[in-house]
Amino acid sequence: MVTVFGISLPALMGQLLIGLINGSFYAMLSLGLAVIFGMLRVINFAHGAQYMLGAFFAWFLLRYAGIGFWPALVLAPLGVALVGVVIEKVLLSRIYNLDHLYGLLLTFGLALVIEGLFRHWYGTSGQPYSIPSTFQGAFNLGFMILPKYRAFVIVASVIVCLTTWLLIEKTKFGAYLRAATENPTLVQAFGVNVPRLLTLTYAIGAGLAGLAGVLAAPVYQVSPLMGQNIVIIVFAVVVIGGMGSIMGAVVTGYVLGLVEGLTKVFYPEASSTVIFVIMVLVLLVRPAGLFGKE
Amino acid sequence: MTEPLLQVKGLQAWYGESHVLHGVDLQVHRGETVTLLGRNGAGKTTTLKSIMGVLRKRQGEIRLNGKDLMGLPLHQIAYAGLGFVPEERGIFSGLSVHENLMLPPKVADGGFTLDEIYHLFPNLAERRNSQGTKLSGGEQQMLAIARILRTGANILLLDEPTEGLAPVIVQRIGDVIRALKAKGMTILLVEQNFRFARKVADRFYVMEDGHMIDTFTADELEGRMDSLNETLGL
Repeated sequence: MVTVFGISLPALMGQLLIGLINGSFYAMLSLGLAVIFGMLRVINFAHGAQYMLGAFFAWFLLRYAGIGFWPALVLAPLGVALVGVVIEKVLLSRIYNLDHLYGLLLTFGLALVIEGLFRHWYGTSGQPYSIPSTFQGAFNLGFMILPKYRAFVIVASVIVCLTTWLLIEKTKFGAYLRAATENPTLVQAFGVNVPRLLTLTYAIGAGLAGLAGVLAAPVYQVSPLMGQNIVIIVFAVVVIGGMGSIMGAVVTGYVLGLVEGLTKVFYPEASSTVIFVIMVLVLLVRPAGLFGKE
Repeated sequence: MTEPLLQVKGLQAWYGESHVLHGVDLQVHRGETVTLLGRNGAGKTTTLKSIMGVLRKRQGEIRLNGKDLMGLPLHQIAYAGLGFVPEERGIFSGLSVHENLMLPPKVADGGFTLDEIYHLFPNLAERRNSQGTKLSGGEQQMLAIARILRTGANILLLDEPTEGLAPVIVQRIGDVIRALKAKGMTILLVEQNFRFARKVADRFYVMEDGHMIDTFTADELEGRMDSLNETLGL
């Protein structure tokens, strides 16, 4: 059997695959966080709760309306985006003039409320959500078995990240976003409805979290705790990438997923802390993050 | 005389608790270039920002083409026809020259086409893919003015367009303003550089301590030089 540093190739590739899957979710979630922070200057601690809502909305659609994975992939993120609109309009829009800390505290409280409610209603054990029939089974690549759905998640996350990047870098809407990040008053003086832009941005960020949640539902279980578990890692990813940097969020998300996977192979004891160790090192050497502006 | 394009009456404005404009009146007629003169801190920029709505704590009457602007949210004021070029130019570092140019939405028909803009500002055409803030100060000023010309705004509010620029660039900005005047553009200019202002303006207002203390036409300028020397410290 082929081995790499004493580890069998299938085992190594298997862990790298898990790392890449996790990295796909880190990238999608940190992308939403970066978009929201870049424009609203709000550290959206409710992002994990919105990811969990996406998974639950997909589960609700299936269980109560018989609506399957593919329509849910569109409907659930839209539902989460709508929740985002309400949160932005009712709560966040009132605190833009205050210190960033208030946004963090408000969204943190909101996450506790949303997750608490779902824990109260559905417990912590998690609900199953099956893999869509199209993606049942696996590809045999010779050196490893690649489950079809996991391959789909990786491809889908790359498409989501690329589409979001194109939206921000190559469209008029993206130009408004980038300009309003620097000088919202001037952009508004040009005739752009910046308050609406803020609402839309938060809705897009929340929708991205919701989309990640739907994609995660068949991989992990649909559980009220799923957001809590991932959001801390995602925040570390965003800090390492550079707060507000789209490119930083995406690249760091994938790379750290792979690093975490490799750590599981070579030094499993450190696999749950490696990302935070990297965060500390990056903060010491480059406080603005790897892709952030100093 | 015809109805003014821009009519400001009894404009008062505050920065926080500080009362900085005390009942400013001014009028700008279609096709005119009007300059606000005054020393540092006289309230010229504040007047411009209050008219544009960037400074929200204000009272009085501001009408453009007879339309009341006071109650409008900031983004709707641009659609009434005001085009704002701020003192700090407001070039976005994350956007290319071309993206900066295309950023403000068109608020009315009749703005300059991209070809006309690049003809008027050939430097911008050459550097269209450069990052906006990589331009020289003069080029950034050109870009700030060009950006508003595209929108179809019917009056330009220019805040200190020559500030910090080399004489040769100041002359170029003067040429641009004269070209805009020749096209019938209406301009309200705030300027400390009196020698520049006297070459381009049709009419002047003089401000001191948040009040308008004098107004006169370009033809009356010579007769006002003594009082201007005293007020502006020329």
